[in-house]
Amino acid sequence: MKVSTAARPFTTISGVPIEPLYGPEQLADLDPARDLTGPGQFPYTRGIHETMYRGKLWTMRQFSGFATPEETNRRYQYLLEQGQTGLSVAFDLPTLMGYDADHALAEGEVGKCGVAISSLEDMETLFRGIPLSDVTVSMTINSPAAVLWAMYLVVAEKQGAAWEKLSGTIQNDILKEYIAQKEYIFPPRPSMRLVTDTIEFSARHTPRFNPISISGYHIREAGSTAVQELAFTLRDGIEYVEWALERGLAVDDFAPRLSFFFNAHSDFFEEIAKYRAARKIWANVMRDRFGATDERSWKLRFHAQTAGCSLTWQQPYNNIVRTTIQALAAVMGGCQSLHTNSLDEAYALPSEHAVTIALRTQQVIAHESGVTAAADPLGGSYFLERLTLDTESAARDYIRRIDEMGGMIAAIETNFPQREIANASYEYQKAVERGDKIIVGVNAFQSDHEDAIEILQIDPLAQKHQAGKLAALRTSRNNGRVRASLDALRRAAEGTENTMPFILDAVRAYATLGEICDALREVFGSHQETSLV
Amino acid sequence: MTPPIRVLVAKPGLDGHDRGAKIIARALRDAGMEVIYTGLRQTPEMIVNAALQEDVQVIGLSILSGAHNAIVPRVMELLHEKDMANVKVIVGGIIPDEDAADLKRQGVAAVFQPGASLEEIVDFVRSSVPA
Repeated sequence: MKVSTAARPFTTISGVPIEPLYGPEQLADLDPARDLTGPGQFPYTRGIHETMYRGKLWTMRQFSGFATPEETNRRYQYLLEQGQTGLSVAFDLPTLMGYDADHALAEGEVGKCGVAISSLEDMETLFRGIPLSDVTVSMTINSPAAVLWAMYLVVAEKQGAAWEKLSGTIQNDILKEYIAQKEYIFPPRPSMRLVTDTIEFSARHTPRFNPISISGYHIREAGSTAVQELAFTLRDGIEYVEWALERGLAVDDFAPRLSFFFNAHSDFFEEIAKYRAARKIWANVMRDRFGATDERSWKLRFHAQTAGCSLTWQQPYNNIVRTTIQALAAVMGGCQSLHTNSLDEAYALPSEHAVTIALRTQQVIAHESGVTAAADPLGGSYFLERLTLDTESAARDYIRRIDEMGGMIAAIETNFPQREIANASYEYQKAVERGDKIIVGVNAFQSDHEDAIEILQIDPLAQKHQAGKLAALRTSRNNGRVRASLDALRRAAEGTENTMPFILDAVRAYATLGEICDALREVFGSHQETSLV
Repeated sequence: MTPPIRVLVAKPGLDGHDRGAKIIARALRDAGMEVIYTGLRQTPEMIVNAALQEDVQVIGLSILSGAHNAIVPRVMELLHEKDMANVKVIVGGIIPDEDAADLKRQGVAAVFQPGASLEEIVDFVRSSVPA
């Protein structure tokens, strides 16, 4: 197929118009003292560290988890042997939704999109032979994050790893669930209370752990523009800070441990501009809006993942190239850790072969491309600086509008971010249909013949295996202790105490994820969204 | 004038990724059909009941989690039980080729895999419902 570029509008993938050339005349409003301070200097537009990757490379952290804890543990051991420097746990849908593997709603879903973890016993298996004192672990868990984190803390305790030395992250970002990913259990306000409980507990007991990873990734995957991703994520961050302050915490006691997670999409310069604008806005918000004085509170640290939604089912090897460009944008944008998607992820969870190529992609960028030698290598580019300024001001407009609505929860309750994203997603799809946006191998440059690729198969017996272990656990544990711990948790949830110590007690008694979430469902209720098309 | 085609767009299973379901719902609506979107986490029973109550001619199921082999056969079974076998079922999402063939053998009218165009889907729905 012949593709004409002449008729297509020149816009970013988010639809922002682009001029044919940028020069100094486009940067008349750029104030170098405000907008282009050096890396490591407020507001960190050019990076949070003075020496950036010379001092320390980003953490190469491949998100992984599938089937049973036993199988995932083997994958983790493999990834660590291959030079991966951190772990990142993907849980299956029943776990993400707070159901045990033997629940009726778990039928067909156990181990499919991640690893199934229903109890402390499963978590012990997941990290068998992996010293939690030495490895940083990120866990993508939101609604039931407090429960899975408690399981993790108890495993560490049993390994003899001191909590104050543990380093890692729980995603724990419930607001973006209502906005985009929709893995919520409880209504927004009790959910925010649980998040605040973990932030408070972490500030006291796990000073090196990130109790939240405020995530734009899923907002973008749901079809938002780059600006929407940035603005909604930062406004979510503001909401979490406000709740923690309301709880009585001092801003500098928790703000240094707030971390962020952004998408690395295909539009190279737009993405780099997004990361630079993110740091700049957050530094100003923390200093000026919240009065933080600790420099660490001002620095926006972020994880990036290449865009799953950009991967194509057609000609899957092209996905390696897409991922490389996206990963390069994240690195040029100054990420602190990175996940690169595997070529087969439009089909299924990645095979070991595919995930190895994805990891090697990061290693090639880090060690062969030369882009790590100088900090913010594209800083000063007329084009990039213009995009950074425009992204910043467009995101600030959204943040102001949400402030005027009374904050993010109020905005979510009126479906504002949900509607903005659905509109953007539909507009993009229509642009693809028209051929205004090209997806190689899909709406242009199609191939008649494609070779099949190797796909990871999840053992359908995983569910039976997990259910069998749960049945055995439910008879072997001290059920009196389980009941007492769940009763105590219910009472704490009804009051205003921090729920974390009670969740930890229930976990130590081997109460299951489903039982603990049910106790909380009884007190908090379940959330239903108004479906919007 | 013939009345518009009525379509139920449903999102079964635990997965909350509704970008595709919403885009399809809008595209069918923009093509002049009457679209009812069920929202998230619908069981096969809920979906078939909604299809009955809303008197739809087509059910579109969006499934990305890999749970299609547990969910779709149950929907087909319930449609048969309720004498609704004339309702066309289409499935969209991450459905491997072998599974797509299986689902069609069970009576699914069409399976749309990633990359399918809106035009293709709209045309199929139009042609599958007798005027």
